[in-house]
Amino acid sequence: MNVAPAPLPTIAVQPEITGRSLWSDARRRFLRNRAAIFGSIVLLIMAIGCFGAPYFGLRSPAEINWDRISAPPFWWPVPSEKAPGPAAAPQAEAPQVQDTDAAGGYDISQFQQQQQEQEQAQPAATAPADTGRYWFGTDENGRDLFVRTLYGGQVSITVGLVATFVSLVIGIMWGAAAGFAGGWLDGFMMRIVDILYSLPFIFFVIMLTVVFGRHIVLIYVAIGAVSWLDMARIVRGQTLSLKRKEFIEAARAAGVSNWGIIRKHIIPNSLGPVIVYVMLTVPAVILTESFISYLGMGVQEPQSSWGTLIADGVHAMQVAPWQLLFPSLFLAITLVCLNFLGDGLRDALDPKDR
Amino acid sequence: MFRYFIRRLGGAIPTLFLITAASFFLMRLAPGGPFDKERRLPREIEENLRRAYHLDEPLWRQFLRYLNGLLHGDMGPSFKYKDHSVAELIAGGFPTSMQLGGAAILLALLIGLFLGIAAAFRQNSLVDYTASGTSLVGIAIPSFVIAPICTLVFGLYLGWTPVGGWGGFTHAILPVVVLCLPVIAAVTRLIRASMIEVLNSNFIRTARAKGMPERITLTRHAIRAALLPVVSYLGPAIANTITGSIIVEQIFSIPGIGRYFVQAATDRDYTLVMGVTIFYGAIIISCNLLADLCYGFLDPKVRYD
Amino acid sequence: MIRKWGFVAAMAVVAMLGIQIAHAETVLRLGNGDEPETLDPAKSETVVSFNILQDAFEGLVMFGPKGEVAPGTAEKWEISDDGKTYTFHLRTNAKWSNGDPVTANDFVSSWHRALDPKTNSPYAYYLDVVQGVHDFRTGKNTDANSIGIKAIDDHTVQIALNEPTPYFLSMLRLSVTYPTPKAVVDKFGDQWIKPGNIVSNGAYMVSEWTPNASVTLVKNPHYYDASKVKIDKVVYYPISDEAEELKRYKAGELDITYSDVAPDQIPALKKSNPKELRIYPYFGTYYYAFNTRKKPFDNPKLRRALSMAIDRDLITKKITLGGEIPAYGFVPPGVAGYTPQKTDFASMRQQQRVAEAKKIMKELGYSESNPLKLEILYNTSDKHKKIAIAIQDMWKQIGIDVTLTNAEFKVVRDRAHKGDFDVLRVGWIGDYVDPTTFTDIGLSDSEQNDAKYNNPKFDELERGQAKIADTKKRFAHIQAAERILLKDLPNMPIYYYVSPRMVSLKVKNWNPSPLDYHPTRWLSLSEK
Repeated sequence: MNVAPAPLPTIAVQPEITGRSLWSDARRRFLRNRAAIFGSIVLLIMAIGCFGAPYFGLRSPAEINWDRISAPPFWWPVPSEKAPGPAAAPQAEAPQVQDTDAAGGYDISQFQQQQQEQEQAQPAATAPADTGRYWFGTDENGRDLFVRTLYGGQVSITVGLVATFVSLVIGIMWGAAAGFAGGWLDGFMMRIVDILYSLPFIFFVIMLTVVFGRHIVLIYVAIGAVSWLDMARIVRGQTLSLKRKEFIEAARAAGVSNWGIIRKHIIPNSLGPVIVYVMLTVPAVILTESFISYLGMGVQEPQSSWGTLIADGVHAMQVAPWQLLFPSLFLAITLVCLNFLGDGLRDALDPKDR
Repeated sequence: MFRYFIRRLGGAIPTLFLITAASFFLMRLAPGGPFDKERRLPREIEENLRRAYHLDEPLWRQFLRYLNGLLHGDMGPSFKYKDHSVAELIAGGFPTSMQLGGAAILLALLIGLFLGIAAAFRQNSLVDYTASGTSLVGIAIPSFVIAPICTLVFGLYLGWTPVGGWGGFTHAILPVVVLCLPVIAAVTRLIRASMIEVLNSNFIRTARAKGMPERITLTRHAIRAALLPVVSYLGPAIANTITGSIIVEQIFSIPGIGRYFVQAATDRDYTLVMGVTIFYGAIIISCNLLADLCYGFLDPKVRYD
Repeated sequence: MIRKWGFVAAMAVVAMLGIQIAHAETVLRLGNGDEPETLDPAKSETVVSFNILQDAFEGLVMFGPKGEVAPGTAEKWEISDDGKTYTFHLRTNAKWSNGDPVTANDFVSSWHRALDPKTNSPYAYYLDVVQGVHDFRTGKNTDANSIGIKAIDDHTVQIALNEPTPYFLSMLRLSVTYPTPKAVVDKFGDQWIKPGNIVSNGAYMVSEWTPNASVTLVKNPHYYDASKVKIDKVVYYPISDEAEELKRYKAGELDITYSDVAPDQIPALKKSNPKELRIYPYFGTYYYAFNTRKKPFDNPKLRRALSMAIDRDLITKKITLGGEIPAYGFVPPGVAGYTPQKTDFASMRQQQRVAEAKKIMKELGYSESNPLKLEILYNTSDKHKKIAIAIQDMWKQIGIDVTLTNAEFKVVRDRAHKGDFDVLRVGWIGDYVDPTTFTDIGLSDSEQNDAKYNNPKFDELERGQAKIADTKKRFAHIQAAERILLKDLPNMPIYYYVSPRMVSLKVKNWNPSPLDYHPTRWLSLSEK
């Protein structure tokens, strides 16, 4: 989760930090921030849990236990089952319909007879029942939700990282360049952003699959392609305002190159909103993934992701709340820790706040 | 500034044209067509339909035909909703989406700005944690989870609002709340971050040092300067919110246009896809133009060149 | 609870005193799934629009209270001895909602319109059984009068068929056969179906239509049987989210739901609302089609092994949960006089089936080191997904390496048309109650033959049945054809549909209907 760029050669920017690197300074401040450290540790554990899941000797995420369809976690408080009342089967009440009109006549008794046959039939168990414990219960196909949540994290964490990376790199460069250049170039670059905003996203994703075939990498490309747009606009806005500031004029007068100004002044001074925006981007892309999967271009069963698990959990919300709760909890914990981490990074990197 | 405005308006036309062209050809790459249905049509009927909608012509000719229609203000009939033209569908649904989205944006701005500014002033206080907590909820719980929970709790269990449908004020409460939560979250966090930065910056320190009354410092300088990233964010956010959301519209059964962005695409309703794409393009261009004009108002140093 | 009892008590008092409650407007609020694609009977093609149209319009015959064929605008009819000519006698008091009488010419002109290639009706081919229709709708013959529908006089319509088609009456209930008001259509063109313009001849007429919000119908005062129509107003709500629809029902915002109640809700509802949850048979089959043009799925033996390996009882009892019936035949049970056919392995126990399936796989040369690899293609849906996951697991038991692919509906259909699939999920609901609506799928030139099945012997049997006027002989013929389908198994039946929905206790006379159509004119509302 290291979003900070690699340490750069230090150049004294402002008199008071002469002799101390901006980055080592930042590192020191970051390490003092307890929330940020806590967030980083939890994220690390999360990542190890998800990516290490195949090596922990857990059940397979595809394994079906027919005797445990939508079973609650073993520790889940189960409301005491009331004595079954005279539950009349609704279909039994169906009046006998015998359409005497031979043409197009319908005879419901044929259906009822087969229904009775079925009720007497005993489904055969396809595999010896697994009587083990399920920490997070099972899903509607009788699969271990704990394992599925861990495996789902692999896709979601990767999507989050990739999208963050893309939006940081392209978004910041594009926005800073457009804002700094100004004039027609700014207009041109921002109109491209407008166009990308407007293109129908679904067809963009479909086009990717048509051209490149179906591949998990396409999710990252598709999400990356849209995730940097907002970032570019925000950085450009900041740049427009920053580039007239005194210290930038001073740097320019001192002969610092345009690229140097962007790198050393514009970007560090826009970091506040940038980091906030990264925090908004990560959940958005993790959920976008579930939409792409819904369209059939993302993860395919029996693979899972947090987004698809949450979307499935929503359907079962009333009858099997754990199916919504645990994947959501994993996503929420990750996001909260990311926020701690982000705030820590922002405070550490803020050139003014010292 | 006026010249800048006019220039940008001029620039909108080629932008819209590119959006139209790119979407038109992008859309036609997708497999399946408007007449691929559950029940496959007999060949001659399908051919007949394709002829009627000019889908049998070469693509470039279809594009020219479409552009020609657009220039005459005709976006064509919807392929799926056979009794309606695309213009009718957009004109019928947009007011609803706009009302809901507009209300959500206003509410989100009010709450978000208040929470964010309060949090920036009282950093690491109870207010700050409340604001962060609220916005985290808005960020971490997607609307497709919040919306059904709302209908379940407030609609079904408590009975305070209708579960769904579109009619009066009570029907709008839950959708507006669901629509504005993510915006509140974003606004709160953006304004808090930039406010903290502005408060630490030289010009506020100078203003304070000069003994300027705190209130004037705040309203004249700090808030204005801190609003910049919020404005950048709001351009696309307003465009998104007032054009509706498929999740909110499907869950609450609201007759807006948000659903068309997804449904028209999955139905391969070519004309409706083009209609909503161009419409959305025009709105996003306008919103971003407004945001750019706001920069100059918020920070006099921003030049329009 | 107290309020409820108070209300009951008040009602009891009212009833005892014999006081007539002043007539209040009765409104039926229906979930209807989706926005109707059209209200033009000639262009309608989905259940969603048909539900509305069967209330607003009335054909020669209609769906009766139990889904049977009931007299509609025609009060009686005669069928010629060869079964090829139908003579319908219209009610003399049938009227349009503007008061004009409904005449035989209205039917003739609206058929001419619906079948005209210019109208672009997607359902025009449905009437190919009528003389001259095929040539006219394909433009081979531009003379509308060549179609076998004639007005003998103002109140008599005669229809001539190509072959005796015993289910023809059953077909006449669908909207493409409905009369449309010629004068109104001519006057308003495409806009004739808009509220304010539209004139209809059913028990109800369209009063309001807000796309994606609702369609409201009110009682047609000119309807010939208006005095027996008990509900004053019907509102159709397009609610696409089944979970939200159920919530709205529970909150009292709807009287009848449209979407199938989600499987996971069914056990709970059976306990909490047993009388409102109505699960009735629905005349349809859920199946997987094999791509019979593609190796190795061209081998009936392999298809048989794959079909045997599936434990249909597990699927219906653990996944679909609505009381669906495991399907071992292709035609759902319920056609009066037709003996349901089953595959030969229907009588075996599942363990035996799996054992035999394994044996076949071995014979065909598949082993652990050389497993059969296949892809199941299904369109995105919660239920299809769960079933596909279960089948993946069942096929794994006989050593098959299964990939699941969900895709948007249009992509699935596109791949199906191109024959670019291994195994495809399909569901089919009959258009009318006759076995051929299912067995016809096996015809080599059928549009619905996704499996691309081609068996001349089957084609001959299936085509031959149309010429047989005697129902008993005809059914025997079709049964023989179905047995071929079940031996070759181009399509692997999984279960027969049911339709689980919630119906408020206020709604009276809501009965099972095999095609799941329930015209409002038969229903009434009463306090519980």
